[in-house]
Amino acid sequence: MTEPLISAENLSIIRRGKRILKDISLSVSAGEFVTIIGPNGAGKTVLLHTLMGLIKPDKGSVTRKHGLKIGYMPQRFTPETTMPITVARFLALVRGVDKNAIDNALELVNAVDVAQRSLSVLSGGELQRVMLARALLHKPDILILDEPTQGLDVGGQLSFHKLLENVYSSLGCAVVMVSHDLHLVLASTGKVVCLFHHICCSGKPSAVAKDPQFTSLFGEDMTRMMAVYQHNHTREHEHEY
Amino acid sequence: MNIEPWFLRALIGGIGIALVVGPLGCFVVWRRMAYFGDSLAHSALLGITLGLLTGIGVDPATIIVCGLFAVLLVWLQSLRILAADTLLGILAHASLSIGLIAASLLKTVRLNVTDYLFGNVLSVTNSDLMWIYGSGVLALFLMIFLWRSLILTTLHEDMARAEGVNAFAVNLCFMALMTIVIAVSSRIIGILLITSLLVIPAATARAFVRSPEGMAVLAGVLGVLSVCGGLYGSLRFDFPPGPSIVVTATIIFALLLPMMLLVRNKK
Repeated sequence: MTEPLISAENLSIIRRGKRILKDISLSVSAGEFVTIIGPNGAGKTVLLHTLMGLIKPDKGSVTRKHGLKIGYMPQRFTPETTMPITVARFLALVRGVDKNAIDNALELVNAVDVAQRSLSVLSGGELQRVMLARALLHKPDILILDEPTQGLDVGGQLSFHKLLENVYSSLGCAVVMVSHDLHLVLASTGKVVCLFHHICCSGKPSAVAKDPQFTSLFGEDMTRMMAVYQHNHTREHEHEY
Repeated sequence: MNIEPWFLRALIGGIGIALVVGPLGCFVVWRRMAYFGDSLAHSALLGITLGLLTGIGVDPATIIVCGLFAVLLVWLQSLRILAADTLLGILAHASLSIGLIAASLLKTVRLNVTDYLFGNVLSVTNSDLMWIYGSGVLALFLMIFLWRSLILTTLHEDMARAEGVNAFAVNLCFMALMTIVIAVSSRIIGILLITSLLVIPAATARAFVRSPEGMAVLAGVLGVLSVCGGLYGSLRFDFPPGPSIVVTATIIFALLLPMMLLVRNKK
């Protein structure tokens, strides 16, 4: 068995006497695609930060593979409008990248045309693609994405997830993503972790959707919706092959 | 025209301040810390008074008082009991009032408070120049050394931390930078006026540059122009020097405003 890229064991985070995260055990192996879902305030961002080492767990431990390279897309990146900076310059802030690498990364996310534009005038969709390019410039073993489609319209969400799927299948890096677009991420994700301070349930999307814990957290409607999308998705593939 | 030595000192001192305050002002604008800088400057009067009272010197005492004040501000902000601007509103004026009362208690030296509140760059001494250039070189060196980390932390703190930047240390250095620069320069430009020299050149530069570095350099240049123009006005028309510098900076801003709008619409 290969060593996992990141593994958490019984980790707990306590803030102001409240347990934000409770006994989380989770591991991500090379090439795995894990989607974390959960209601607002469930501790998803805190979990990502703890996995990356930005927050120290109060209990338990997080182990990262030695020399692990992480590409991170933070939640809600809003460029400061008072700072003049082009996309190319913004990407050049990543340590040790040259113009070639920046061009390649922008090409990978179909955003070559915005290179010389000012960061603060990009549309939401363009900005998210630039942020993905930035994450990729770290030559990551693992991409950590915190609600990457937040604030995008449905079309934008769809095209971002398509892009992510392409990147994932061509680069083969692992992905840990927090997302609310359940119906859109099911296509690519191998594993769903349903979080509400603790891990309520986890596993293959189809299994999670049937879990009573999932239903109690998201309600009947969400469960039905997931089942429908799950179903459609399987059928599409039958046509393809 | 022969230049009097006191005018030459004012010019050299003012230019030195503008060269540092311009780039630093860019970070103040990017981080939206204008009010923070203003509050810091307000606490300088207490530092000046204590410096004269204890005899440890005006500049060291001001740096210490401003530094303690910055720590107090950051600590109170971290408690999150009040909105940041409310908190600054309380502390800025409280510290200024405490400074004014302390100054009134000075028996041995008569303190011309107006000179400190509105600046008197024309009375710059050689020892002032040493403080201005000593702290200025240190501040510029720190800024250049930390440039990439400062920009990243300003853009997004968590992203910077994820990339190995020690954001806490960077923010601490930035606070130290602001404290030293404001402590040394507020007395000369004016405690109530120094914020404008931080903000106006940076705000003017914003529209005409495409990189953070460009903005820092242009803000420095515009600051120098404001100082030169302001001192000329002061010499020629006997205007008070601090306000004269600020008005010059504002005139430059106003003159370039139509061009700013033009540039923005073109983008």
